[in-house]
Amino acid sequence: MLSKRIIPCLDIKDGRTVKGVNFVDLRDAGDPVELAELYSQAGADELVFLDISATEQKRKTLADLVYHVAEKVNIPFTVGGGISSVEDVDLLLQNGADKVSINSSAVKNPQLINDLVAKFGSQCIVVAIDAKQIDGEWIVHLVGGKVPTELRLFDWAKEVEQRGAGEILFTSMDNDGTKDGFANSALARLSVELNIPIIASGGAGNMQHFIDTFIEGKADAALAASVFHFKEIEIVELKKELKNNGIPVRI
Amino acid sequence: MKIVIINYGAGNIQSIKFAIRRLGYEAVLSNDVEEIKSADKVIFPGVGEASSAMSKLKDSTLDTLIPKLKQPVLGICLGMQLMCNSSEEGDTKGLGIFDVDVVKFSNQVKVPQIGWNQITDLRAGLFKNIGEKEYIYLVHSFYAPICTATIATATYEMKFSAALQKNNFYGTQFHPEKSSSVGEQLLKNFLTL
Repeated sequence: MLSKRIIPCLDIKDGRTVKGVNFVDLRDAGDPVELAELYSQAGADELVFLDISATEQKRKTLADLVYHVAEKVNIPFTVGGGISSVEDVDLLLQNGADKVSINSSAVKNPQLINDLVAKFGSQCIVVAIDAKQIDGEWIVHLVGGKVPTELRLFDWAKEVEQRGAGEILFTSMDNDGTKDGFANSALARLSVELNIPIIASGGAGNMQHFIDTFIEGKADAALAASVFHFKEIEIVELKKELKNNGIPVRI
Repeated sequence: MKIVIINYGAGNIQSIKFAIRRLGYEAVLSNDVEEIKSADKVIFPGVGEASSAMSKLKDSTLDTLIPKLKQPVLGICLGMQLMCNSSEEGDTKGLGIFDVDVVKFSNQVKVPQIGWNQITDLRAGLFKNIGEKEYIYLVHSFYAPICTATIATATYEMKFSAALQKNNFYGTQFHPEKSSSVGEQLLKNFLTL
């Protein structure tokens, strides 16, 4: 049986992890490669690296990081953040990334999804969507939720699927950082209306939130950052709890 | 031991190279007919779309070489699918090593299947020291149905071939290079066949 995935997300700036991480056993808490290895040993099913740097050397720094992660890590990983062309994706995949995630560039130029899918296949193209509710309507936002677009979440998600994306990473900006749980009703609607896997993101605070997002939210995978980085939730314990609640997980 | 990973421009081969290095071996990437012929072990990777991958193989005449190889050959993911008779994807004629036609999952399940699934009905030395129901990582929209060459199964919508074998030819639908310690064991088994 296909299991539900647990995905820690690492924010990267200039080749280093930025969000404070509380791993006492790390020699270098800012080293994404070491952190990635640790998560893979701790039972993470997949990793996401989100690059938030905005320097001119960004492309090369990120490609180098991808190379070093691929060298050490034996689980799949996705790279996102500022990817905007076929050339960007080609460089990352050649260096060993399994998937790439695009966000703003897909909103600005939806044809990019088709172009990437045609060249690299659906299986490695994740489209990340950030949205929040305005007057009861889920509206797609850019720049980490700061800039609203004209797009409605469910329409955009369907378009993304039709253009060939292999997966959607949905972050609710209403839930992100609250630790109050994932946006399960929107997630469930995405899962029912679309036929590609949906990754839930934004709002994880405790183990029950993960149980809820897999059952009520019908999510295929759940992504979180701080609860893992600060060891508020241990992945091994989380997976045991999920299993006890009848959710299929890789243990 | 000489290990060659066939490099025909289809997908992420860096990960396979690194996985082999973690096991203490070195692999070379090549699309050169003589180099591939002289290898002790050949890995035939593949990510992407079937018909374009097959035309890349043809461009370097590898489509006629691969079925004639005598040493152990391991096809991974799309590599395995291209070793079958045909694929529904892009209406592609395959290499015809495994007598089975690759078809697409229906819309009864989410497509692609992405993630960790369990392997069962394990046969052959490729699965030495690997237990039933171990988890492996898959990402695919097309699958090979159960056939006489099936040496492992997984279930998504229905049971399908997670791995195939015929004589010196092996194929896995899953990615051993991304399947944690189980995948490493499988690669080790292949390299020590």
